[in-house]
Amino acid sequence: MNIEAKPITFAILATVVILIGTIITLFIPMFLPSTQPVSDYIKPYTAIELEGRDIYIREGCNNCHTQTVRPLRTEVIRYGEYSKPEEFAYDRPFLWGSRRTGPDLNRVGGKYPDSWHYKHMNDPRSMFPKSNMPAYGWLAKRKLDTSYSFKKVSILGYGYSEDEVNRQIQEYRKKVTSPTYNAKAIRDQITPPELRNELTEMDAIVAYLQKLGRDVKMLKKKEAVKVAEAADRPGALKNPFEGKADAIKEGKEIFQNNCSACHGDDGKGGIGPDLTDNEWKYGSSDEAIFNSVAKGRPGGMPPWEGSLGKERIWKVIAYIRTLGKR
Amino acid sequence: MKENNYDYSVVKGFAYSAVFWLIVGLVVGLWLAAEMFYPALNLTPWLAFGRLRVVHTNGLAFGFGFAGIFACSYYMLQRLTRTSLAFPGLARFHLYLFNVAIALAALSLFAGMNTSKEYAELEWPLDVVVVIMWVIFAVNVFATLIKRKEKQMYISLWYIIAMTVTVAVLYIVNNLEIPVNLFKSYSAYAGANDANVQWWYGHNAVGFVFTVPILAMFYYFYPKSTNLPIYSHRLSIISFWSLVFAYLWTGAHHLMLTPLPEWIQTVAIAFSIFLIAPSWGSVVNGYYTIRGRWDLMRTNYLTKFFIVGITFYGLQTVQGPTQGLRTLTAFFHYTDWVVGHVHMGTMGWVTMIISASLYYIIPKISGRELYSVRLANLHFWLIFIGQLVYTVTMWIAGIQQGAMWKATNPDGSLTYNFLETVTALYPYWYIRFVGGVIYFVGILVFTYNLIMTGRSGKESVPEPQPQTA
Ligand code: HEM
Ligand code: HEM
Repeated sequence: MNIEAKPITFAILATVVILIGTIITLFIPMFLPSTQPVSDYIKPYTAIELEGRDIYIREGCNNCHTQTVRPLRTEVIRYGEYSKPEEFAYDRPFLWGSRRTGPDLNRVGGKYPDSWHYKHMNDPRSMFPKSNMPAYGWLAKRKLDTSYSFKKVSILGYGYSEDEVNRQIQEYRKKVTSPTYNAKAIRDQITPPELRNELTEMDAIVAYLQKLGRDVKMLKKKEAVKVAEAADRPGALKNPFEGKADAIKEGKEIFQNNCSACHGDDGKGGIGPDLTDNEWKYGSSDEAIFNSVAKGRPGGMPPWEGSLGKERIWKVIAYIRTLGKR
Repeated sequence: MKENNYDYSVVKGFAYSAVFWLIVGLVVGLWLAAEMFYPALNLTPWLAFGRLRVVHTNGLAFGFGFAGIFACSYYMLQRLTRTSLAFPGLARFHLYLFNVAIALAALSLFAGMNTSKEYAELEWPLDVVVVIMWVIFAVNVFATLIKRKEKQMYISLWYIIAMTVTVAVLYIVNNLEIPVNLFKSYSAYAGANDANVQWWYGHNAVGFVFTVPILAMFYYFYPKSTNLPIYSHRLSIISFWSLVFAYLWTGAHHLMLTPLPEWIQTVAIAFSIFLIAPSWGSVVNGYYTIRGRWDLMRTNYLTKFFIVGITFYGLQTVQGPTQGLRTLTAFFHYTDWVVGHVHMGTMGWVTMIISASLYYIIPKISGRELYSVRLANLHFWLIFIGQLVYTVTMWIAGIQQGAMWKATNPDGSLTYNFLETVTALYPYWYIRFVGGVIYFVGILVFTYNLIMTGRSGKESVPEPQPQTA
């Protein structure tokens, strides 16, 4: 058969040929459980988180940030537990990304306090002078449009009633506009007065960022608490670098690169507490401070043990100790 | 068959549209490249990197790429069938619809209407327009083929047919979405499945937009410009069928070490490695065609575009499968290395071949000689050097970035925090910008040369019509 003289036959044959690989690697997997695992511990987005996610999509954040931590040692140290297929069951579209100009965000939820995100989104260079991320302060100047929220969650099949959606919206508004909200100062600073009592696009995107990886972290935390408690023997650890000039110098550099965005250039606080006032919420022993830095603390202090390692944590503590003495 | 029975107005329209969208896309690319080291350029929401990058990729892949492909397809289709277009009016409508669609696409992406799926970012109303446009194109392709006067279909026509059917399947499957309103929709697939569909589409967009139709041009305009027959017909057949068969299996090499089931990743790597064979089938065919006549590289200004283009295609199709291997993807994935890969293919292969094809077409259909061969040579060297500066810099940047992400201290902690791995790249990003400017100047020279050819090139002596196309 001379198919080079039969265009229609040729086209049909070409279609069949391209469909073979398509069926095997695409259509068949669509119906396999391995591409759509579900687990109870993964919760769908709330209406607000979903609005935040839609803003993330609109602004194309996925063009610079990935959302998959690969099972590689250094990547797990940098970002946290590697990504699992079931985490994405509610993600339409998926947002894994293909370029990592900025860090991965799949485990960013709960890593920092809300105030960190408001400040960072508003002006990344106020915290990291050399960052190349665009400033998104204008999101705080736009009221959040929730008119499609219910329709959206219905299309996505999250199973919330309309009342439930309205409750979620009102509850979140109450949270961020409350006088006791822990990000109130920075939120008020970047939000125009007429919107301070409303939900803004900025509120929604912060809500979304705080959701990323949260369910996985909750699961891990439950498992981890027992182990950690057993390992904490009070008073056992002492800083080997206390008062050593070289180490303090190095500690200062580490501080500037990693801590100053929250605790201020001079350690006098900002998003995180003042470190120069000799007041230590979790105890003033070397060990207590080491644990705060290494393991993190609930109000938004991230754990640094993986990325800095013990030695550099001790050096930075040696430096911090010099701040209080002044 | 008389020359004037062919309908060349759409060819010309698409050719100039290609150049127009190329320039738009490149200006956006330069802006983006500068934003990477000078973030103050994120002046307004619609100029912020996240939105702008999508305008760049879509503008060039669809605006420039497809316009060039349509121009060359309508030309080759008529010459190779020795028939005028079945529906010239429809083709002209296609031209207008295309330009309106691309303009709307750019505006909607600037406005942030965006599905987030790479190279499929357009929201659903525009997807519908794209599908209608594709049907219009396909109708002309098949109707013209059916009424053809030349019995055998030449290689280039096979590639055009493969593109026509495959792009339709790819586009429709990946763009299935549920509308919320006119400006917003959600993907029909979730999580790992959505990722799998997306990169099956993404890789085959590379395959059936940046490879298959470009090969159609290569197989037609290269022998035409050199007056040499393609070395082996049999090799063409084998590489064609194995290429279109294997491409569809490989999308998951974009998803290595992600939560996608491992067997899909493994199959993708195996087929990616296999793809080297059919890709190099065309490379070898290209090199052997010119064996013994390498002097043409000097004496015929178009030859070097084709030879250098197919060489970058050869390098690209070795680099691609290699960087997909598990150990290498662990290192290079998400880094600037991949950006280097992308731009070798687009600036080195796609632009080289489309430029040369338009250089061939425009004088032919306007009955004038090329305005300036010297400018064409200058254009060649500028885009060649600009591309090398760009890609080599990005490869080095990618190696450094990968190494810094991975670096650990003796106690197992990370040596660099993330920001240090970003600021270390600023010098490379400056150089990339310079490479981009050089390349852009080359494209301006190209544009000037084409416009002047249409306007004031010397009338060429009408050549006798060859027996076959
Ligand atoms: C003056 C020349 C060019 C410049 C300065 C330029 C600049 C850029 C920049 C800065 C990026 C983003 C990289 C990142 O996120 O790290 C990019 C991505 C991209 N560009 Fe270009 N570009 C140029 C030419 C082209 C051409 C001619 C094409 C296609 C025909 C093209 C297609 C793409 C594609 C497909 C991507 C996405 C890559 C990916 O997702 O990995 N570019 N370009
Ligand atoms: C045998 C052929 C090829 C193979 C197996 C291949 C393989 C790959 C792989 C593995 C990646 C992903 C890298 C990563 O993210 O870690 C990639 C990215 C890419 N390749 Fe190729 N490549 C091939 C040919 C080409 C050609 C001819 C082009 C033409 C321009 C091209 C354009 C691209 C683009 C645009 C991307 C970036 C996609 C994105 O992340 O947005 N490739 N390729």
